[in-house]
Amino acid sequence: MANSKSAYSVAGKKQKNDTHIIVVWVDNEAGVLARVVGLFSGRGYNIESLAVAEVDQKENISRITIVTTGTPQVIDQIKLQLKKLIPVHKVADFKREDKNVIFKEMALFKFVADSEKLIKAFKACKNFNPVILDETKKSKVIQITALRREIDKMSKNLTKFGLVSVSRTGAVAMTRGSDVFK
Amino acid sequence: MPKLYSGAEIVFKCLEDQGVSHIFGYPGGAVLPIYDELKNFNFIKHILVRHEQGAGHAAEGYARSTGKPGVLLVTSGPGATNAVTALTDAYMDSVPLVCITGQVPTHLIGTDAFQECDTTGITRPCTKHNWLVKDINDLSEIMHKAFEVATTGRPGPVLVDIPKDIQFQKTKYKNYRKVKKLNGKSHDNFSQKNIDELIKLISKAKKPIFYTGGGVINSGPKASELLRELVYATGFPITSTLQGLGCFPADDNQFLGMLGMHGTYEANNAMYSCDLMINIGARFDDRITGKIDEFSPKSKKVHIDIDPSSINKNVKVDLPIVGDIKSVLTSALKTLKKSKKNFSKSNKHQISNWWEKIQKWRSKRSLDYIGSEETIKPQYAIERLYELTKDKDTYITTEVGQHQMWAAQHYKFNKPNRWMTSGGLGTMGYGLPAAVGVQIAHPKKLVIDIAGEASVLMTMQEMSTAVQYNLPIKIFILNNEYMGMVRQWQELLHDKNYSESYTAALPDFVKMAEAYGCVGIRAKTPEELDDKINEMLNTDRPVIFDCLVDKQENCFPMIPSGKPHNQMLLGPKDQKEKKITGKGRTLV
Repeated sequence: MANSKSAYSVAGKKQKNDTHIIVVWVDNEAGVLARVVGLFSGRGYNIESLAVAEVDQKENISRITIVTTGTPQVIDQIKLQLKKLIPVHKVADFKREDKNVIFKEMALFKFVADSEKLIKAFKACKNFNPVILDETKKSKVIQITALRREIDKMSKNLTKFGLVSVSRTGAVAMTRGSDVFK
Repeated sequence: MPKLYSGAEIVFKCLEDQGVSHIFGYPGGAVLPIYDELKNFNFIKHILVRHEQGAGHAAEGYARSTGKPGVLLVTSGPGATNAVTALTDAYMDSVPLVCITGQVPTHLIGTDAFQECDTTGITRPCTKHNWLVKDINDLSEIMHKAFEVATTGRPGPVLVDIPKDIQFQKTKYKNYRKVKKLNGKSHDNFSQKNIDELIKLISKAKKPIFYTGGGVINSGPKASELLRELVYATGFPITSTLQGLGCFPADDNQFLGMLGMHGTYEANNAMYSCDLMINIGARFDDRITGKIDEFSPKSKKVHIDIDPSSINKNVKVDLPIVGDIKSVLTSALKTLKKSKKNFSKSNKHQISNWWEKIQKWRSKRSLDYIGSEETIKPQYAIERLYELTKDKDTYITTEVGQHQMWAAQHYKFNKPNRWMTSGGLGTMGYGLPAAVGVQIAHPKKLVIDIAGEASVLMTMQEMSTAVQYNLPIKIFILNNEYMGMVRQWQELLHDKNYSESYTAALPDFVKMAEAYGCVGIRAKTPEELDDKINEMLNTDRPVIFDCLVDKQENCFPMIPSGKPHNQMLLGPKDQKEKKITGKGRTLV
């Protein structure tokens, strides 16, 4: 026996990790985000991205969207642990591959270049609903909405057109069709 | 115009409404307005501890021995941080606590004011929920909600942080209104279908076992009664975790003893070989399961628990039943009686082979030890303590270490709420203040803290509390001058490198007892042990009992690290008889 020199057991086999989008509806009160995020860090769960804002002013409800990776067992634990928090109302969980759910991230790109390159930059964005938010002779701020990996790819490819700054949100999610998550 | 109350008064109004009779606390700058009001509320008795950790453990002892929430009141900053260990302990072992902390005035929060700390930030991961009261109008509601959160579902600690200016401000008092559900958190989620499935598994099992835990005790005394009924109605063997001891009588033939790292040979082997495991209110803790991959490989597993997040956390189960043990067992018994009359008789044959196997394991007598006439063996000390106190309704608390395991193995509990020990967090120094809390709740009962000399020194100052309130607690120290469990691990796992596990300059515990104003007794030989224990029991004052025991004794049986249940390490007696060589030795 390999002497583990420990009173704890050795780690077992690792299962495969999946990426999930967890949506949490919470009371919008002081410290609620810290409770949710603290649960993730305290129990060693991952956060890839996070988006949060109040969605119901009357009922004071915020919606937190968290992209996370974990084994099926870990994802189950995340949901169950979140549901135990007092300010949490409900928890939804979608696989990233889920066809019935829309995921979107928003990004702001700032380009500084000559006019020729600036035009090319805008054209390169055309598949991702580009909006020009600010324009000077030497610069452009363009907003796009896309999937995470698309934005990753774009921010890499656009450097040649003078991309100097990127700001992006975490993913937000919503189910397709008329169904509403209860 | 309704009467206006100050924040401090509202705190006490709420405690009154919640039926609180005792609080454990320590005053300080930021809670003085609350302490000011103490004299006006006679229904509350305040127990002054000597350290805030002591207040927390005392409140835990109080809560565990009564089933009611324990309340502590401490000041801001160091008062709050000192209570953190006790809060974490209560969180791990599911003990309902309400901790009220003072905070610096609202306008000073965030300025690094004197005795300020981010109390709600620090205690967020070790409470079920906590609140910083920023508006006096929220205070009564928050206080009542705090009690509700602490006591419903899986119980646990909560904290209410009240800035000093809020304690002075005045408002109307809002009465306690029971809310239906906290944000849709329901606790009984099982259906009759689950129960039918359970009964089906029970009737088919050839090698069944009940594996019960602290959840049974948390569900109330009725749950223990129902459990006994179910165990007798099935004729199945039952084993218990450290926290579950007492929910089934330990001297009953169907009881296999405690399971896990220092559990009995029969309990652990039965867990490994069973074909049906019914987990009632336990959580597949790593001290129980050993190596997860090889944990009870051939069994169907049922898990009954009030906390949905306990299901499938460590071990995947086949039939989860989420609910209060009391209501699940009520339904199970009803269904069993209806569908299978005289089940224990008709089923006897089906499990007879299983019982034969268990008897064979039992005949190993895994808790045996080699006795001695010169030195007191720690196991012998616990056995004698048990024999001399078993006719009294005794409450036992412990510290953490070898003595704790020996107490669990050799002291036989027959009733729930009689055994208070720090299992999840393993807090040395838990037992003495816990005994204070137990004695406050049960003034006429015999309360003994089975202690180790290293642990007990961590909270020894609470002897002063015991003396102040005439609490005749008995501190029964198994003194081997080592941090025994550390020493044992070093011997077995770290090549006998006894790094820093010996305490070279121990105090004289008898003189220490006298200095505190209580009674000190010392036992040195097995011969005088009984007389000395009787002397302790006949003393109606707090006693520190210094029992000098064998310094080298190890706690067996033991599951070595990374091993499954069926590869236990037995005690020296067995090793001697069988002369373990070669392969067997590598287990160490």
